Amino acid sequence: MKIIVTVKQVPDTSGKVAVNADGTLDRASMQTIINPDDLNAVEAALSLKDEYGYKVVVFTMGPAPAEGMLRELMAMGVDETVLVSARQFGGSDTYATSQILAAAIDTYGFDDEDIIMAGRQAIDGDTAQVGPQIAEKLHLPQVTYAGDIKKDGKVLTVKRMLEDGYMTIKVKTPCMITCIKELNEPRYMTVNGTVKCWDMPLTVMDYEALKDHELIDATTIGLKGSPTNIYKSFTPPQKGVGMMLEGSGKETTDKLVGILTAKHII
Amino acid sequence: MILDKKHALQRKLFREFAENEFTKELQDELEATGEFNWDIHNKMAKYGFMGTKIPEVYGGQGGDYLSYAIMDEELARQNLCLSIYANTSNSLGGGPLMIAGSEEQKQKYLPPVASGEKILVFGLTEPGAGSDAGGTTTTAIPDGDDFIINGRKCFISGAPVADWIIIFAKTDLTKKGSRGISMFIVDMNLPGVSLGAHEKKMGIKGYPTCDVVFEDVRIPKENLIGPLHKGFQYAMKTLDGGRLGVAAMSVGLGQACIDEAVKYAKERKQFGRPIADFQGVSFMIADMEAEIEAARQLVYHAAVLKDAGDPEAGLACSKAKYFAAEAANRAAYKAVQIHGGYGYIAEYRVERLYRDARILSIFEGTSQIQQVVIANGLLK
Repeated sequence: MKIIVTVKQVPDTSGKVAVNADGTLDRASMQTIINPDDLNAVEAALSLKDEYGYKVVVFTMGPAPAEGMLRELMAMGVDETVLVSARQFGGSDTYATSQILAAAIDTYGFDDEDIIMAGRQAIDGDTAQVGPQIAEKLHLPQVTYAGDIKKDGKVLTVKRMLEDGYMTIKVKTPCMITCIKELNEPRYMTVNGTVKCWDMPLTVMDYEALKDHELIDATTIGLKGSPTNIYKSFTPPQKGVGMMLEGSGKETTDKLVGILTAKHII
Repeated sequence: MILDKKHALQRKLFREFAENEFTKELQDELEATGEFNWDIHNKMAKYGFMGTKIPEVYGGQGGDYLSYAIMDEELARQNLCLSIYANTSNSLGGGPLMIAGSEEQKQKYLPPVASGEKILVFGLTEPGAGSDAGGTTTTAIPDGDDFIINGRKCFISGAPVADWIIIFAKTDLTKKGSRGISMFIVDMNLPGVSLGAHEKKMGIKGYPTCDVVFEDVRIPKENLIGPLHKGFQYAMKTLDGGRLGVAAMSVGLGQACIDEAVKYAKERKQFGRPIADFQGVSFMIADMEAEIEAARQLVYHAAVLKDAGDPEAGLACSKAKYFAAEAANRAAYKAVQIHGGYGYIAEYRVERLYRDARILSIFEGTSQIQQVVIANGLLK
C-alpha cells in the first residue's frame, strides 16, 4: 500500500527570475525551492502514512541537483524517492513531462490500493496540467483541488475546493489527487531525518530505463518534442507590498499609528 | 568552514523552524509573563530538537556537536530564551548522563529527556559557590542503601518546570575544594525538595530560574552518576559541551544584532539620507559582521574538535565561548547605538537583544573563567 507523490523543484520566485535565450527559465542561476503545492501533497501523503501505514514514494523529473530536494523530503518522512533525469527530457512542456512521469510511475508499478498525488500547480508555469495529464495517460480517475481527503477502504472521499463552493467526491483507488495549500500545513524535517536521509533509497530513472515504455515517444519529449513553445518570458514590474489591518476599533488605529511611527512616516 | 550537506540541511531546518514558529506574539508573551511555554516546547520536541545530540540508542536524534551548535545558533538568532529550551537536554541536562552515566541510567533517563517528555536540569551553582564550584557545601551523606542530601542550589535554569535535576554534592567532608564531590540525579518530586521564588531576571525571561532547596532528601544509591567523590571532573567536562552551546547562541544573537542594525540603518533617514551612508554607522556594522563571523568559525571549529574527540576540544570551547559572548555583547551595544533613542525603547527588538546578550558572558563560566582556562592551557 503506497502513495506516489510527484513533486517539482521550482525557482524561488521571491528572488530574481532569469531567462535563457530560448525563453525557458535559467534554472541554474536561480535559488530553488520545493513547489509549495507539492509540499501540501507530500504532507497529505505523510498524514495518511501516519494513520494507515502507507509507504510514501516521491517522483520528480529534473536535473541531478534535484537530489537535494529529494533528500529533504526523506528528512520529512518520505520513504523512497525516484529522480527521473536525462538530457533527452530537458525542456519538456507539460504534455511531454506528464508522458515521461506517467511512464516512470508505470515502470515503478502501482496497485489497487495505491494513490498518486500531486500539487495543484507549480509556481513557475502555473499550468495545473501535469497531475491531470499523468492520470489520463495512466487511465486513472482524478480529483483535483483537494482540500480534504478521507479514506474508507479502497474509497477516498475528497472535498474539492472550488471558487464558489466545494464539491464532495468519492473515488476508488488507484487514483490521482491534486492538492491545494488549504489542505494542510506541511511539516518540517526532523533532526533525525536530516541525519538518516542521506542513506535512504534514491533511484535514478534515465532515458535508457524508460525509452522502451509504450508511453514514451522520442519525438514528443524534451524541448524539441514539446508541442508548446515559450515565446517570451519576463519579470513583471514589482508592485509595492501592501499590508491589511483588520478591525474597526481604536485598537486597529493605534496599531496603524504604531506602524507608521515605527517607519518614521509620521 | 563550509558545512557539509548534512549540516547545511540541518541549518535549513532550524532556521525555517525558528523563523516561522518563534513569532513576535510568542516572544512578547514570554517577555511579559516570564512563564515557560509548553506549546513551543512540545513542538520543538516533536521535531527532535530536545534530542539533537543524544545518540539514537537512547531515543535521541543521532546528531553531533556541530548539529547542536548550528541548532543553538539558528534558534538564538530568533530568540535566545527559546534556544535554551532545546539546549538544556542536549548539554547540561543530558550531558552528565552521556559522559558518566551507567548503561542502566542512560536507558532510564535519556529517552524521556530526548523526547521532551521529561525535563532534566543542572544544579551546580550555590549561593557561595559560583565560579568557584569547588566551594560546594551541599552534602550527600550515605545512610544504608541511600544518600541523604542537604543544601541549596541557586540560579537553576528551568528548575520550576523540571522533573529531574543533576546535582553536585560533597560526599567526602574531609576533602577540601573540588575533591570529594559526587554527582547525583534527583527526582524533583521527592519529599524535602522545594523551590525558591522565580528570579526576576534582566533577560531570557521565558525560561524560569529559581533556587532548589534540599532538606533531608533521601535518594537511592543508584542515583549516583559516575564514580563516588569524582563528580567535579564530570561537571567540568559537561561544562565544556555547555560552553560550546552558549558560544553558538552568542553567534546567533550577534547575527540577530547585525540583521536588525542593517535593516534599520537602511531605513532610518537623517540629514536627508539613510544613516547607512554615514561611515560612523557603516563601520560599526562592518565590525559586528567581522567579529560575529570570526566567532562563528571558532564555534564550528570547536564543535568539529569535540566530534573528533580531540584533547584540545575543551580549550577550543572556552576560546569560542569567551570570544563569541564578548563579541555578541559588543554587537548588541552597537545595534542599540545604531538605533539611537529607538534602541532604548522596548518596542524595538534590539532592546531585548541587548538585555539578553548580557547573560552570555556570565552563565556556564564567566568570560573571566574562560580567560583563566585559556591562560592555564598556555602557562601550566
